[in-house]
Amino acid sequence: MEYFLTEQQELIRSLARRVAEERILPVRAELDEKEEFPWAIVKDLANADLFRIFIPEEYDGLGEGVFTLCLAVEELSRACGGVAVTYAADALGAMPLLLYGNEEQKQKYLPDIASGAKLTAFGLTEPTAGSDAGGIRTTAIHDGDDYIINGTKQFITNGGEAEIYTVIALTDPSRGSRGASAFIVEKGTPGFTFGKKEKKMGMRTSATRELVFHNCRVPKENLLGREGSGFIVTMKTLDSTRPGVGAVAVGLAQGALEAAVAYAQQREQFGHPISAIQAVQHILANMAMELEAARVLVYATAKTIDSGAKNISEIGAMAKVFATDMAMKVTTDAVQVFGGPGYMRDYPMEKMMRDAKINQIWEGTNQVLRNVIALELLKRKALRD
Amino acid sequence: MNIVVCIKQVPGTTDIKIDPETNTLVREGVESIVNPFDCYALEEGVRLKERCSGKVTAISMGPPQAEQALRETISLGADEAILLSDQAFAGSDTWATSYVLSKAISKIADYDVIICGRQTLDGDTGQVGPELAEMLEIPFVAYVSKVEEISEGYMRVQRMVEEGYETIEMPLPAVITVVKEINVPRLPSIRGTMKSKSAQIPVWTADDIGIDEGKAGIAGSPTRVVKVFFPQRTHKSEILQGSLEEQIDQLVEKLEEVI
Repeated sequence: MEYFLTEQQELIRSLARRVAEERILPVRAELDEKEEFPWAIVKDLANADLFRIFIPEEYDGLGEGVFTLCLAVEELSRACGGVAVTYAADALGAMPLLLYGNEEQKQKYLPDIASGAKLTAFGLTEPTAGSDAGGIRTTAIHDGDDYIINGTKQFITNGGEAEIYTVIALTDPSRGSRGASAFIVEKGTPGFTFGKKEKKMGMRTSATRELVFHNCRVPKENLLGREGSGFIVTMKTLDSTRPGVGAVAVGLAQGALEAAVAYAQQREQFGHPISAIQAVQHILANMAMELEAARVLVYATAKTIDSGAKNISEIGAMAKVFATDMAMKVTTDAVQVFGGPGYMRDYPMEKMMRDAKINQIWEGTNQVLRNVIALELLKRKALRD
Repeated sequence: MNIVVCIKQVPGTTDIKIDPETNTLVREGVESIVNPFDCYALEEGVRLKERCSGKVTAISMGPPQAEQALRETISLGADEAILLSDQAFAGSDTWATSYVLSKAISKIADYDVIICGRQTLDGDTGQVGPELAEMLEIPFVAYVSKVEEISEGYMRVQRMVEEGYETIEMPLPAVITVVKEINVPRLPSIRGTMKSKSAQIPVWTADDIGIDEGKAGIAGSPTRVVKVFFPQRTHKSEILQGSLEEQIDQLVEKLEEVI
């Protein structure tokens, strides 16, 4: 399929692929096995300017949008979902700043994010608030020129490794989700510590930790947007980053498909390669079809967001759900094509399948996102009637 | 800190062919790359610049197409690149090449460190670095595996030797050649690649750098490649028979024949 990339997009994609093949592929199994954060690769990504992609030029970025970011995420994910998600989570952490940061905040933080000197993370989820983001209990109480944050965030990607955190907390607990606000909190702020590092099924090179706030005082300059806009900040951020999750899924499936095709041509049974068996061919054909359909949807959604379109919740949800369900199926089928060896940790297939699963869960479960899609359908119908 | 890195464009393959008439490498139809050892030299130059600020200038003597290799150095962090290209340079051996490079570097004038790879992939001599230092009459250290300290007019390096390493201090300017243990070269950056596409790469000719007639090219090359050939592989094995003592006697006899 021809996606009509610009010269800069072609260049970004090819450099991301080079990092993936030369720096990630040789170590992905070890990083997964040891659950080690990929600092050396983060440095390579920074040196290659890949953290600059989505940052505007005036803050030392390349001024590209969500679509170009997706191209890079996909290439990284083709080699390792864990590295891709470390990279994509940085964009997620930076997005609230891009969308709602004031000039001072942007000047202060974005250049370091662009250079890769500082990683970011987004802190929303809590033990009591997953799909129901309104269930957060972390508070940020106004006190003079500061806010005092108390509470715990759970399952935060890049937690502990990132320097800059966007944290959603209740400034007015009596108003529920309408009383939520977004804050920038820097690592090292007194009262801000990290809980345990989670042991995960997949994406094991990425770091997932609790963020613990105990009387953590942040200056009012760190408030993102206005007080009470935390829920909007969250929704707009996630709307913009959902194609990124789709791109992680597309990359994973691409890696799985390529490996499955190569293996099918090499594995012999009944005196010929299994790629000569129609039952296997049909599995491969379905994998390829579904993958390409997901890629089209992810790219088109990303481009729509970049065009400045306002109502993107529905298409963002569609792209994320479709691509991640596809990746779960394609990686599972790839293990099937590999047969017994596919189940063994000597081959990368089982890792791809493990890495795929979480994408159906995070940044909105695929069930809650179907609710979003259905709600939009019903709303439109009601408006017409 | 002004750093000059000397690079060479070489064939990107080990499957080389030699022109039996001229005894030189057949370069047509072969992909060209930056000599891999020079990539470590460039990376170290860029790291030194990042450490103490300054400028990295990559230079290469070669045919016009070597410009491509120099563009690549810009995508990898060089600030400027200069191509030394002239019919008068054609056929230069290492001595004549070093002479041309030394004249070009003298023209650059303001330099602190000159870095070369330990050797090239094609010529394999490792001579250009030391010859260059001799011609510029400045200190030289080969096989550098670490730059321990660098400041205005001073550098301390580790040099790999067979059993460990030596620490050597020297005043600047100086020439070093580096081994692959010194760093892991970075991959090209997006900005660097964009810059490399539009970068102006000046071409300096024999007149520009003022070389003496007869000191460059074939005329200035004291070495002649008389013959280049692939060694014949011959395997001859023999299994000695008899008791251990008899076998030892036979072996000693055979060794004496050879010696």
